[in-house]
This record gives sequence, C-alpha cells and structure tokens, in this order.
Amino acid sequence: MSLHRLSSRLRQVATQARQLHISGNGQQMEALAVEADAGVARELCFFRTRETDPACHAEVHLGQYYTLPSSHLRTLFPHGLPYRFQLQMKTFNESCVMVRQPALEIISHLKKTDFSKPAIRYLLYGVNGSGKTMSLCHAVHYCYTQGWLVLHIPDAHLWVKNCKELLPSSSRPSRFDQPVEASHWLKNFKTTNEPFLSKLKTTQRYVWTKRESTEEGSTLAELVEQGLTRVRSSSDVVGALLRELRVQAGGSLEGQREHGALRVAVVVDGVNALWGQTTLKKEDRTALVPEELTLIHNLRKMVKNDWCGGAIISSLSQTGSLFTPKHAFLPQELLGEDGFDSMDPFVPVPVSNYSEKEFESCYLYYLDRNWLQHSHSRTEEGKKEMIFLSNRNPTVFERLCASL
Amino acid sequence: MAASRGTVVGSILLRYGNKYASSHTVATTICRQTLSRQIGTSCCLLRKNLAAAGPEKFSEEFIKKQVEEFNIGKRHLANMMGEDPETFTQEDIDRSIKYLFPSGLFEKKARPIMKHPDEVFPKQAAIQWGKDGRPFHFLFYTGKQSYYSLMHDIYEKMLAVERHQDKLRSKGLFSQDAKQISLVGSRWLWKEELEELLVENISDHDYTRFIQLMERLLSLPYSAREEESVQRYRRQLEVQSSKQEVPPLQHDEQGAAYSTAVGRRKTAEASLVLRDAGSGKVTINGKDYLQYFPVLQDREQLMFPLHFLETLGRFDVEGTVSGGGHSSQAGALRLALSRALLTFLPPAKVEDMRQAGLLTSDPRVKERKKPGQAKARKKFTWKKR
Repeated sequence: MSLHRLSSRLRQVATQARQLHISGNGQQMEALAVEADAGVARELCFFRTRETDPACHAEVHLGQYYTLPSSHLRTLFPHGLPYRFQLQMKTFNESCVMVRQPALEIISHLKKTDFSKPAIRYLLYGVNGSGKTMSLCHAVHYCYTQGWLVLHIPDAHLWVKNCKELLPSSSRPSRFDQPVEASHWLKNFKTTNEPFLSKLKTTQRYVWTKRESTEEGSTLAELVEQGLTRVRSSSDVVGALLRELRVQAGGSLEGQREHGALRVAVVVDGVNALWGQTTLKKEDRTALVPEELTLIHNLRKMVKNDWCGGAIISSLSQTGSLFTPKHAFLPQELLGEDGFDSMDPFVPVPVSNYSEKEFESCYLYYLDRNWLQHSHSRTEEGKKEMIFLSNRNPTVFERLCASL
Repeated sequence: MAASRGTVVGSILLRYGNKYASSHTVATTICRQTLSRQIGTSCCLLRKNLAAAGPEKFSEEFIKKQVEEFNIGKRHLANMMGEDPETFTQEDIDRSIKYLFPSGLFEKKARPIMKHPDEVFPKQAAIQWGKDGRPFHFLFYTGKQSYYSLMHDIYEKMLAVERHQDKLRSKGLFSQDAKQISLVGSRWLWKEELEELLVENISDHDYTRFIQLMERLLSLPYSAREEESVQRYRRQLEVQSSKQEVPPLQHDEQGAAYSTAVGRRKTAEASLVLRDAGSGKVTINGKDYLQYFPVLQDREQLMFPLHFLETLGRFDVEGTVSGGGHSSQAGALRLALSRALLTFLPPAKVEDMRQAGLLTSDPRVKERKKPGQAKARKKFTWKKR
C-alpha cells in the first residue's frame, strides 16, 4: 500500500521535473514530495495565478502574479518592457506580472467598447515608479491575445532627444526625419504584427523617390520592407503605415478571421513627449518643436480619435521627459495646455502605489524567488522596515530588494 | 588710603620673612581690588593650583582682613548707589561696578570686578609651621604631606578591617560573603578633584597608587565597615537622560493625542508634529516623504527612531524643515522625531534612546575656509618658485 503511494508521489515529482535518486531513503523522499506539493499549492493560491490569458483576469486575481508566456514575450515585447523588469526576468528566469486594478479597468472597458464609434483614449497616470508601464504592458498583452494589431511605442521620449541622424524630409522640406529610430521601430513592429502585414493591402500609391514607389494594392509587408531596406525613407514609411492602419481599422480582415474586423491598439508610453519640448537642434541652432519631426507628427495624427475600430492606450511618464518638474505627475502638468486640449476627451486611469495586499503579494513573490536573502527580511519587523523605506512604491521596493 | 594698606601688607610680609618679596606688587594691588580692576592678580590666579606650588602666599589673617574690607566696601558702594546696604547682593555689586566703571574691553576677565575674596583667592592650605619655624606635620618634608597622610589613613583603615576579620576568625564567625559596599552608579574621584580636595599637586603615578590602595581595601570581605570613608572618595553618577526635557502630551479639538518637537543639524531646522494611533503616514513640508527624500539613506535616518522603538507604522508624522542640505534636513528631522517620541514612551526607554545616540544633537558643522589655503585643510599646490 505504502509502496503504491510512494510511486504515485514519485510520478508527481517527476512531472515537476525534479531529479530524485530512487536509491535514497523512501521515507525521506515521501516527506519531501509532500512538502513540495503542499508548498506549491499554498504559494500558488497566495500570490500566483495560473490564468495566463489576460481576458480571463478579474477582481479575484487582483494582486496575483501571472506568467507571460515566453512565446508572446518574444513577439509582443521585442522592445516594450522596462529595463529593470528585463533584468528581473533574467534573474528569476520567468516573466511574472502582477494583475493590478488599472490594467483590469482598461481591459474591462475594452471588452465593452462599441468599435463603430471613434477610438477611445485611455491615459494612465500616477506618481513616479507606480507601475504605469507595467499596467500598460498588461493591457497590451490583452489586445495581443485578442488578435488585435498592436502598434506599440515603448517610449515616445526617445524620439525627441539624443537623435544621432536628423535629416530634412524629402517630401516635406519643413520636417525632419529620424531614419535610425524609424527603421528600428519598423523592425519591431514587423516582429509583433507579422501575420497581419501580408493580409492588408495599401489603398494608395506611395512615391518615395523618382524611381522607387509602392503601388496601390501591394501588401503592408512590402511597405515595411521598403522602410527597412531604404532607411532614408523609413520615416515616411511609418507615416504611410499609420495612415493605412487608420483608414483600414474597423474594416473587415481578408478571409480567415471569424471576428472579421481589424482592431488596432495604439499604445504610446510617455505620451507627453508629443507636446513637450525637444533637445534637438536645427542647422541654425534653434530648437526644434516636436511637430517638426515626421515621426511625432504622424503619431499625433494617430492619437487623434478621428478613426474607428480600435483603442488608444497611453501613459504619461515623468521619467525621461524633458524640462518638466521632478514631482509632476498629473495630466495637466505633464501634457501642458496644448497637449491636454488635444488629448481631451480621454479616460483617466490613476495608477497608485501598492496596496497592502499587493505589497504582501510582491513580498511573498520575492521571498519565493529567494530574492530577499537577509535573514531579517523574513521577520515581521523587517517587513515593516521595507514598507517604511519604500512607502509601498513598486519601483523603490524593487530597487531596495535588488542587489547593489 | 592705598598707601596705608600697603604698610599693613608690608608688616605681614615682614613677619613671614623675605620669601614673599617677589609677591609684593601682587599683594599691594590686591589691597585695592575691592573697588578697582585687578591688574597683577590675573596672572597670579591663572597659575594652576597656586597653593600647591609652594608655601602659601596669603595668610589667614590677610584673607580675613580682605573679607572685612570687602564688606565695608560693599556698604560704601550701596550708599553711593543709594540702595539699602543690608540687602545689597552680588548682582547689585556687578551692576553698580558696570555703571561706575564702564569698560569697553573685549576680554571679560580684564574688566573691573569686585567679588568676595573667597572667589578671588584660591583655596589654600593652612599655615603648616609654627612661630619657631618648625612644621606641624611629621610628613611636611615629603613635599606632599596631605597626600601621604591620606595614604597612611587608608592603610590604617585597612589594618583595622583586617584586625576585625582576625577577631571574627578566632571566634569562628568569619564568613566570606559579608555585605559589600555597593559601587554601582558612582566613580572614584578624578585626579583633579583629588588635588582640589588635598590642596596639593599629585602626579599620575601617585593617583594610580591611591586607586590601587582603595581597590585593595575594597577587596577585603569586611570592607563595609569603612564604607563611610570609602564613599568620601567617590562621586555619584547621575543618569544623563534625567536632564532630558520631555515635550508635554497635547490634545487637539478631536481629543487625539499629539506632541511637537524641534531639532536641528548643521544649518537645517526641523519642527514636527507626532500623532498617535495613526497609519504611519509621513509628510514633510506637505509632501510625501518618498518624494521629499529620494535618497535611501535619508529615509533610513528618518526610520531609525521609529525602528529603534519598534513603533513603525504606529505614528503619523507631519514635519516642516528648512535650511541645510538633504542629509542635514534628515538629521534634523530624526532628532525632532526622537524628541517627540519621548512623550509616548515609558521613562525607562529614555535612557536607552540616549545611549543609542538618538537624543544627542550632532555638533559637527562645516569647517571654515582659511585664507592662504584652498579649502579648510587643503593647501595649494606647493611650487618652489
């Protein structure tokens, strides 16, 4: 009887990919297996959820970690995740994201949206390090699993500063192209939306130079390829691509899909860069304004809600922004008057620091990953200390726990 | 009048022989000290422990005379100022002297004074020889008679204790665990204090010998018999934190308890309101502390008092701070927080806090830059030419 039980235990253990030597003491092994089982079950119900589909996330999953499938990770976030999170992923050898209220709010809104109406704009805002970008990524993951076309700009601030190559536009002399940024973004866009590109056709003929042009009716894949091979025209290609998506969003996708309509998710992190200042200079050393950049100009058109069949999810970010006060985080402070007027109306989604439950979950997660090594960190007193020092701010807490 | 006094002093001097000839000018000026500034005495007084330097300079009679003159001078002064001589205090004297002899001298010690001779003349040993010139004390020629007589006394007491022990032993009543003198909370006299007591200069070596002898006395089982004489050479240590001022507990309109305190470090000044039964919310200058102190170390400073008392998450803190840099602001807030916390503590904890250094204000400040140097200590690069 006991032998039977032992073998069943061992099978379970084997499925968990644990290497155990059969020659060891049977009693001990059984104890170990029971312990492992109980441990996994207990911890799972505390801070982990097995639900990997963001569409199924609900209030019950609040504060729990779900695992981003690694296949999605490669295609969806070739460049979209924050640096510290990438480091953490590498350390823990898994990518877990906490289900939090702002992301759930956006997802529930998206589920109920009527897509025949103009696109709704969502704006995530909150204090520094409160997890705006991660909530954004969670929402993006939802869109991706729903089969949307994801147009993800991971950080708009990067387009208005530190530009190595700034060329006058060939089509519009008053504008400036950023070929490096544009081709880089196009490459990532291609990775994310590979299946859509071959199904969508251009609605217009685009002429790049005297000899090169893209005919009407060619696929978007060709358009993107044009941008990647001819780097000079990549900024204009981005413009053309965005225009095509605006026109075709909400329209029916060719053939296969049962939902039929094409849904476009425009995701912009650091949307305040679109109306802020730049550090770039023209030839005559006067400062550029953002709308003189082709990329920003086109992106502004994209966040205007004059198109249907999608959603615009954006987040504010003080980190990386230029010439803004350090502790500003409210939309009117960061967007400025112009930006606020052009973003209006939007759905504001506040992101706050961890609640008590979320903090507990995060703390347990770090403990589980053996990330908190100090013996004192397991005590109640040590936890209080961490709460005080981080004030439950996710980023500060992460840095507090991280190695030096 | 001064001349007549001079003759009086002269007669005293004559009586004690010509060894005082060198101090003649000193003595004459001192005669005038009751109403005028002292010129020659200051150098004389500054010499450490004047009495121990050699045979005494001022006889008892002389001091008595000085006291008399002081009292008369005081009455004169009171009359001059039109006040009651009976209730004329030292404060009144100081005020009158300041009025009558206004002085712009920077050095306070150089300004005219009038004080009781006890304060002006150092305490000194009595005359140690008789009219025939023979010393009273048999240890006079050791040069440190009171020190050696003290040592003799202590040894005498030791012998007495040993005799007592022997007596008990012979009766069979001796026990090793007799009552001991409690030495907790007190210390031996320091060398300087002992010197003052003996009115003699002693060397470090002498002092160690004294302590050794005392310890030897204490090591005897029945040393408690001599407790009184031992305690004469010990001083009580007072609990430092008993001097600490505890801010009173206050109540606002809703009846919630709170306390306020201030603290400073370098040029930063902080004041703080501490509320009990809170949620652990901390605001500084109206901002969240995480925003106000982005540097971890500053937040650690702020946490230390709360962490030390294990009251993290109990108190609401509302602080205002100005001046200084971020670390001095954090230090000032830490001090203010520790002081405010005292209100909510049992008194026994106060000493713990003091020993942890939480109630001590940090005296370090920026050192001034010196001319001819690059910074406070750094020198310019030295070049030969």
